Amino acid sequence: MSAIEVLEIRKCFGSFCAVDRLSFNVERGEIFGLLGPNGAGKSTLIRMLTTLILPTSGGARINSFDVVRSAAEVRRSIGVIPQALTSDLELSARENMNIFAKLYSVPRERRRRVVKELLEAVELGQWADKPVKNFSGGMRRRLEIARGLVHEPNIFFLDEPTTGLDPASRIGVWEMLKKLKQGRDLTILLTTHYMDEADKLCDRIAIVDHGKLVALDSPLKLKASIPGNDILEISFSRVPEGWYETLKSLPEVQSVKAEDHVYRIGSNNGPKTTVALMEATQRAEVEITSLSVQSTTLDDVFMHYTGRQLRDALQEARYDFGFMPPRR
Amino acid sequence: MNRMLAIIERDMRRFMRSPTLIVVSMFLPIVQLVVLGYAFGGKIKELRVGIVDQDRGIPTVKLREMFGAIAANARTFTTVDYTDLTKANTDLREGRINGVLTIPPDFSRRYLAQERPQVALIEDNTDNFAVGALEGTFSDVVGAFNQRGLSPRVPSGVTLSVVELYPYVPYIQYLLSGTIVLAIYISAMIGGGIIYIDDKARGLHEGYLLTPISKSELILGFNLSGSIKATLSGLVLTTLGSIIAGIPNPLDPIRLAKLFLLIVITSVALISMMFLLMVRVSDPLVPRSIFGVLNTLLYFPSGAVYPINGFPKWMRVMSRFDPFTYAVHAFKSLLLKNTPLVAIAGDLTYLALFGLLSMLLATWLFQRTL
Repeated sequence: MSAIEVLEIRKCFGSFCAVDRLSFNVERGEIFGLLGPNGAGKSTLIRMLTTLILPTSGGARINSFDVVRSAAEVRRSIGVIPQALTSDLELSARENMNIFAKLYSVPRERRRRVVKELLEAVELGQWADKPVKNFSGGMRRRLEIARGLVHEPNIFFLDEPTTGLDPASRIGVWEMLKKLKQGRDLTILLTTHYMDEADKLCDRIAIVDHGKLVALDSPLKLKASIPGNDILEISFSRVPEGWYETLKSLPEVQSVKAEDHVYRIGSNNGPKTTVALMEATQRAEVEITSLSVQSTTLDDVFMHYTGRQLRDALQEARYDFGFMPPRR
Repeated sequence: MNRMLAIIERDMRRFMRSPTLIVVSMFLPIVQLVVLGYAFGGKIKELRVGIVDQDRGIPTVKLREMFGAIAANARTFTTVDYTDLTKANTDLREGRINGVLTIPPDFSRRYLAQERPQVALIEDNTDNFAVGALEGTFSDVVGAFNQRGLSPRVPSGVTLSVVELYPYVPYIQYLLSGTIVLAIYISAMIGGGIIYIDDKARGLHEGYLLTPISKSELILGFNLSGSIKATLSGLVLTTLGSIIAGIPNPLDPIRLAKLFLLIVITSVALISMMFLLMVRVSDPLVPRSIFGVLNTLLYFPSGAVYPINGFPKWMRVMSRFDPFTYAVHAFKSLLLKNTPLVAIAGDLTYLALFGLLSMLLATWLFQRTL
């Protein structure tokens, strides 16, 4: 049985549906990523799965417990790291951990052992008794990850765990999560808008946009699913007549898109297509003004399925502010 | 139960590490007690009274000597001689003096002929307190001046003997009860209002809601931790305030035990009220903007600074529902009269029922989801 089963789940606020009939399963032991821009509905979905908000329709089962009918059992069996950093700044790392262990009724002996182990695992052992207000953002996030595991859950939800962290701290968090998962029978569902994070960390990725699921598979399969594994971005001094057809007829080319005088050529073999392209430009006496060859990224996957790039969607969401239910 | 205790533990640890919070909730009310107690409670002295003597007869000399005695001893006022009534009135209007006593030209003749002799006090009635002090003192002086010769050994008229049940109560002691309730309220306002909403806005409550803690454990935990802080605040103010205000036997253990019970019940009532008010609020600006008004609506109609009998009817209705009224009355009974608990049983019952009802309503309104 899957660790997480989501069936036709929907959440609407008035006429606006933040999550619109999403269905997917997460298998045990998987790291499953929800990738999408701000306002895509990721946080709303994670809040429904963690019993913080009620779905408008549809439902989900976590560890076989229904998120509406058996909310208490769901809470007992999951660990959650919300988007905001919520540790008490005045308390020490150990005190924060102990308070949460008590909220989950972890017996004293087990509490002592688990808190010590987890603080060591997230490399905060030597900072255990220091007040959290002196911690960096990365340290606080690591503490919160440890705090979410204090009752030893087997499903772990992380809502944008590395947002606001510098690149080094982000990599630190990824390694931490991988290490924590190794020693435990842990299923992880995380939301992110960082493509590299989803790519490096997740076994499978669900791409979400405007509350809908647009694609779901492993990062490799998602990248392979779009025409052309490599992308050539190229611009020319001039564009002769029939140039688009010329480019399309080059060997291994799967797709050609023109965007503001820049051509994006999807190819199954980047180097081979590049050589043929050079020959074609010489024949047509066209000068190449810029050229880059890159492997397919999740951004290309996102663009393929949504018609826009993820970084553009993030920019739009920044102006749009997205939609998040108010905190109580 | 353990989860509820975890909420309390967290709150108390945070409280103990915030010296600013302790100072604000415990010591600011003491400052208020001292400043207000002495600002309102002192006897009025050193008023300046102009005397315009247009008579200058022998009886006038006697009257002026009596005023001079007040100026030299009680020092309620000092006298300034004027020859010109117009000049004295100008000085009165311009605030240089507080009143003008005029002795008319035929005062001595009328006094000796027993033909309704009169002196006049012209007063600046924009200051009721100064006017009250002047009128009281002048009436006493004129009353003494009217007693001719020696008093009879056995008075033939009716006299009033005043018997005071308790030692003299200075205003600072009168104010103490209200100040203790105010300290508990400030603690409830900070813990149950401002910090509660700030934590909510910071997402700390989201962390709680993700755990298996139940709605009642959460509300009870918040209430009890808030009540413990408010009780500590009340105890400090009761002890220090009693010493500062000069309450007799401030450390009497039996009275302290009764006061402790009252402080606990008042704390629970006010914290529960605060949670009821804040249970659906999420904007951190809301508690900050309503607490000043709420303070005025609860503190002043309670009889903390002025007797309820002096209020208009609509305000007396407010007082009847105001939990401060019952708390202030009970504190006054214990601090000023050291009454047995039975004398404040009605107050304790009202406060306990008010707290219970508020807590039940807050639990009912509290949402376990976002």
